[in-house]
Amino acid sequence: MRMGTQGCVRHKLAWLQSFAIAALALVFLILGTTQNANAIPAFARKYGLRCSACHESWPMLNYFGQKFKDNGYQLMNDRDSPIWQNPGYWPVTFRITPIWHRVSTGKVIVDSYPGGVLNPNSTIRRITTSGFDLSGLDFHTAGTLEKNISFYVLPSSDNTGAFHFETAMARLDNIFGSPWLNLKLGKFELDNLLSEKRILTLTGNGGVYQIYHFIPVGDGNIFGQMGDNQLGAEIMGHSYNDRTRYSAALLSSTDGNVGLPYGNAYTGFFTFSQAFDVGKLGVDRVGAYAMLGESPTYYFTAGATPMAGTGISNKSFHREGFVGQFYFGNHFDLQVVTQHGWDNAWFGQGYGDPIDVAGAPNNLPGTALPVGSQAPTWNGVLFEPHFVYSPQLIFIGRYETIRMSRQANGPDSAAPSASNFGNISTYTVGFRYNPFMTSRAGFAWHNEYNWLHQDGTGPTLGLGTANVNTSEVLMGFDFDF
Amino acid sequence: MRDTNKIRFFLATLGFAAAVSFAVAQDAPDVGPHPPAPPVLMESHIGHLVGHSQDAKTDYRRYCVGCHGELGDGNGENAVWLDPKPRNFTLATFKCRSTLTGTLPTDEDLYNSIGRGFTNSNMPIWNTLSNQQRADLVAMIKTFSPRWQKEKAGDPIKIPAEPPVTIESIAHGKALFTKLECWKCHGPQGKGDGPSAATLTDSQDQPIRPYNFAAGKDDSRFKCGSTNQDIYKIFMTGVDGTPMPSFADTIQPNDAWDLVHFLRTLQVHRHGKENDVLKAAGGKIPDYHDKSSDAPAQPNGGN
Repeated sequence: MRMGTQGCVRHKLAWLQSFAIAALALVFLILGTTQNANAIPAFARKYGLRCSACHESWPMLNYFGQKFKDNGYQLMNDRDSPIWQNPGYWPVTFRITPIWHRVSTGKVIVDSYPGGVLNPNSTIRRITTSGFDLSGLDFHTAGTLEKNISFYVLPSSDNTGAFHFETAMARLDNIFGSPWLNLKLGKFELDNLLSEKRILTLTGNGGVYQIYHFIPVGDGNIFGQMGDNQLGAEIMGHSYNDRTRYSAALLSSTDGNVGLPYGNAYTGFFTFSQAFDVGKLGVDRVGAYAMLGESPTYYFTAGATPMAGTGISNKSFHREGFVGQFYFGNHFDLQVVTQHGWDNAWFGQGYGDPIDVAGAPNNLPGTALPVGSQAPTWNGVLFEPHFVYSPQLIFIGRYETIRMSRQANGPDSAAPSASNFGNISTYTVGFRYNPFMTSRAGFAWHNEYNWLHQDGTGPTLGLGTANVNTSEVLMGFDFDF
Repeated sequence: MRDTNKIRFFLATLGFAAAVSFAVAQDAPDVGPHPPAPPVLMESHIGHLVGHSQDAKTDYRRYCVGCHGELGDGNGENAVWLDPKPRNFTLATFKCRSTLTGTLPTDEDLYNSIGRGFTNSNMPIWNTLSNQQRADLVAMIKTFSPRWQKEKAGDPIKIPAEPPVTIESIAHGKALFTKLECWKCHGPQGKGDGPSAATLTDSQDQPIRPYNFAAGKDDSRFKCGSTNQDIYKIFMTGVDGTPMPSFADTIQPNDAWDLVHFLRTLQVHRHGKENDVLKAAGGKIPDYHDKSSDAPAQPNGGN
């Protein structure tokens, strides 16, 4: 027995030792093989600034980078027009991340024996997969067409190479010579102060802000996802030093999908924020946002199949919350986002997108909501602290929780939902180390762990609780050029 | 291993890797104690703010070092690509000052320069930084030259109240523009195309272009500011390190204001009181008649 314990300890130590050696070798490999690159990525080569000038840690913007973006990718030093650049200047950057990751998903139904049929010959088990992989590929091209006319086009692929336009917009900047008036048209990221497109984490669940995408379980409203780039027009303005910002966007309720696939419905997205100079702590910002919209629940049918672009019988939804960016000196900051969400009861019962979701209900004339249906509501909060040891090394943490405050299937319904049904809690920890920091290229050695828990959404088969835990460990080389 | 053990194992691995990165980063270029801490710690005083050079190391590395270099000598990795070249702090020669030519600028001058940026250059407007960050960076800049330890900043010049803009003041300013030979560099129409313009170099032997007044619109800025007081200050203190001299010993304060009023009329696309006065006078600047000496000034020049 004692021998067995010692053997186990030795085995673990050997594992740790070999991993430590591998990690050390990796560190030296990175430091030994990465040198200052000789080419120049999009904005850095135009303005000759280091990545760290605009990014707290690439790709997350700092206040200067935010102002640069708000000015239409301009420094406002009369050198912004492309006429000042060498004619060979081509504002393109690509980004991709080779990774190794290990994904562990709990509560997956599998056959209890090979070739078995689904329930009752099923069981529930955790599935864990690991291996080398790729992220998607982004081709960023952005800049100015002329002074005060800017653009951003981002063809983006998933990791199979299937491309779509993540962003495609043009913007009139500083209209009438005023930073308070800028007009953007196209497909773009909403004016989220804590930008998901510049998120510092990469795992499947940790690489998005859950609070920006939350849809109650069974809810059919895909249109209220403020983390997705949307099609529309945005008016945005800011003070000269960017301390005060506002934006108002009118969006098609399509969740960014092109081709008018749904109906005649629009969503508004509004933000306001104010930053304060708090002395030695730095500059802190507080703000608020609101997303108010409606989207179809009834689609005309042909042969009983819902027809794209015919959606009517719009129902409403909204999300609102506060945002805080609190800095505590040069090394520590805390980003906070809250959200209160509300969906019409029809969405709560799964109406909303029968175009993309086969079998989703269609609000045909004469349809009535089930007894006990309620408009689902929820509250969420996100905390993301950063410790910036230097512009080249950042430690990241995040905790998000979303709690349902009213379930779509209320107490009077035939099958009322538990009060915590669909609640989410997730945390992410990691760090990014940039072996070099120049104005030519970006490279980060990225390490991350994410854990996500959701209440009541897993299968039970009478075999225990229905809560689902998933986790992912990821290590990768995140680079752009 | 059970799942919980695996998670612990990976978390431990993650922590270990973080620790290794942290340790290695100490000696990595740009992350650790590199460049060595300046031997002298400096302070800056801007109003009630006190800046400390040691508090600016991270910000200098983040925002400044790419152009101005780790040693503040203007030889950052991007310097070769930039025109005009980044300031060499080791010389302690600064363009934008409120002090007389040849003297060190005040802390507030440097503080304002950081927040204002430099138009027609790659120096951004760093007004998103907190006031304390800018004050700390001023103190950091002062560590790069021993002049700051040996000399005190010059005394700021006094700027008298601006007299009303009249067609007479504009006419007098135009006469001064001719008399002081401003046109040789800036051109008779202020377009920066005077006969000497192509030959100008700065103190680092880099080609330098005179300011083109005519290109400006309502949002036009000068290298050292955008107000009439800033223009007054520019030619009374000179732009050190460039061919633009100081005229503090040459012209009287009221004469300087007249020159400011005339220079504003060279910004033909700008809406301002000077152009309004000129427009009211029929768009033509009359010849200046010096009542004190009863002698006419030279009639040459623009407009």
